[in-house]
Amino acid sequence: MTQGIYKVISNINIAPSVFKMELSGDTSALTASGQFINFKIDGLFLRRPISVYDYNDKTVTVIYKVVGEGTEIMSKAQTGDSFDILVGLGNGFDIVKSGNKPLLIGGGVGIPPLYNLCKKLIAEGKDVSVILGFNTETEIFCEEDFKKLGAKVFVTTVDGSYGIKGFVTNAMENIDYDYFYTCGPMPMFKAIENTAKTSGQYSFEERMGCGFGACMGCSCKTKYGNKRICKDGPVLEREEIIW
Amino acid sequence: MVNTKVNLCGIELSNPVIPASGTFGFGYEFAELYDINMLGTFSFKGTTKDARFGNDTPRIAETPNGMLNSVGLQNPGVDKVKSIELPKLKKCFSKPVMANVSGFSVEDYAYTCEKLDDEEQIGWFEVNISCPNVHGGGLAFGTSAKNAELVTKAVKKVTTKPVFIKLSPNVTDIVEIAKACEAAGADGVSLINTLLGMRIDLKTKKPILANKMGGFSGPAIKPVALRQVYQVYDAVKIPIIGMGGVSTAEDVIEFMLAGATAVQVGAANLVEPYACKNIIEDLPRVMEKYKINSLTEIIGGAHNG
Repeated sequence: MTQGIYKVISNINIAPSVFKMELSGDTSALTASGQFINFKIDGLFLRRPISVYDYNDKTVTVIYKVVGEGTEIMSKAQTGDSFDILVGLGNGFDIVKSGNKPLLIGGGVGIPPLYNLCKKLIAEGKDVSVILGFNTETEIFCEEDFKKLGAKVFVTTVDGSYGIKGFVTNAMENIDYDYFYTCGPMPMFKAIENTAKTSGQYSFEERMGCGFGACMGCSCKTKYGNKRICKDGPVLEREEIIW
Repeated sequence: MVNTKVNLCGIELSNPVIPASGTFGFGYEFAELYDINMLGTFSFKGTTKDARFGNDTPRIAETPNGMLNSVGLQNPGVDKVKSIELPKLKKCFSKPVMANVSGFSVEDYAYTCEKLDDEEQIGWFEVNISCPNVHGGGLAFGTSAKNAELVTKAVKKVTTKPVFIKLSPNVTDIVEIAKACEAAGADGVSLINTLLGMRIDLKTKKPILANKMGGFSGPAIKPVALRQVYQVYDAVKIPIIGMGGVSTAEDVIEFMLAGATAVQVGAANLVEPYACKNIIEDLPRVMEKYKINSLTEIIGGAHNG
């Protein structure tokens, strides 16, 4: 983990209430896809943990949804503004365990942390399929991003206004995969748990105090003992999760 | 050169800054960030007789200028603290540490303190009789002068190390409890633990915390904490560890003027992992600004004249 001041390069609205923010600064602490960074917001006490969409040597990009006061303030940031951020938090996805045909399943704002993962898996020569789940066509984002990486992309909408009608699990039935990675809301996780035929990894969300393992605010029980979502997670393996 | 040293029950601290229990784990997360030997000491994660997972999540909520937590004393239990946590701590911290202990009966407190008593690195006990997040324990002892006295006596029987009793602000008269602890043989008192609070989510129309209520901490509670430290200082002769919303070197000095010999930093560690380091490094500058040569000399200074 490193702490630093990060400068906003861009902050654009890419879907209703969804923003993409690129920041410049020290990214050396980012070591895995699926890690998160923790924003200090002027006027608010606790930091705001946001998952990383993509990163390189000089910049880190997040995609976030405006859900409350903190993300509302973030959405108004302009190019040149800066944030105090803790960078390189959480374990991230373990790509060593992926088979040759990994499936990435994202629901809504659970999609962003899968982007850098997809990039890495494709660079490793994997045959990657991606399911992006939304409620309706107007909410869709990132579809082109994953296509450009060379993944096979399936979009589902609950109302059937675009792509496959229904939930991500409706798309899973017809995809050939030997491992999965997922991030999204809890009802989606439970549906995946009932559908998936292979091992996989789930990235969880929880209200956090510190984000770096000190306060025990985000603990959960697993088959391998108590874990902190912020430090030992947010990614847990299917085999250890107690539903 | 200003002098930041203070003496806490016969053990000298290089400075009065102490990370508060529950915000610093067993030290090693922070030792990855900076050399924690610069701290006066730190109070380790509240330890109980048996392992505890704590309360359901969400355990954290935000407030204006502060936060609520309802962790509920998650810890691996005293045996694992001895066999796993303390050996790890020893590798990154060479000073005496403060052992924070909690319980659900007078016997629990005595049992856990007795088990920890042979740990050489423990310099002081800090006995938490004020956790607002567990039923049938903690706070039940901190809201009754009689129970506070019973716990103090029981712990004093099993250790020769200095014993601080950590007091709850959720009482009618904190002075009465502090005096009962002093009369029962406490070597000092720590105050304040968190204030009992609540937040309600307007979307779900239900309390944010799974436990409904939680402990309120952060800068918002500082005036309450200062007032209680000031009141207790007037009533007891034993040293006070002051805490409640401390996040700057100025806050440390303010608590010492109210009567604290040492000062704990809690919630600030969670939003600013370098909070204690920054405070310690800033102390000499702030002391010079306010013409303070020695911190020991200002303890209780607000009471004079």
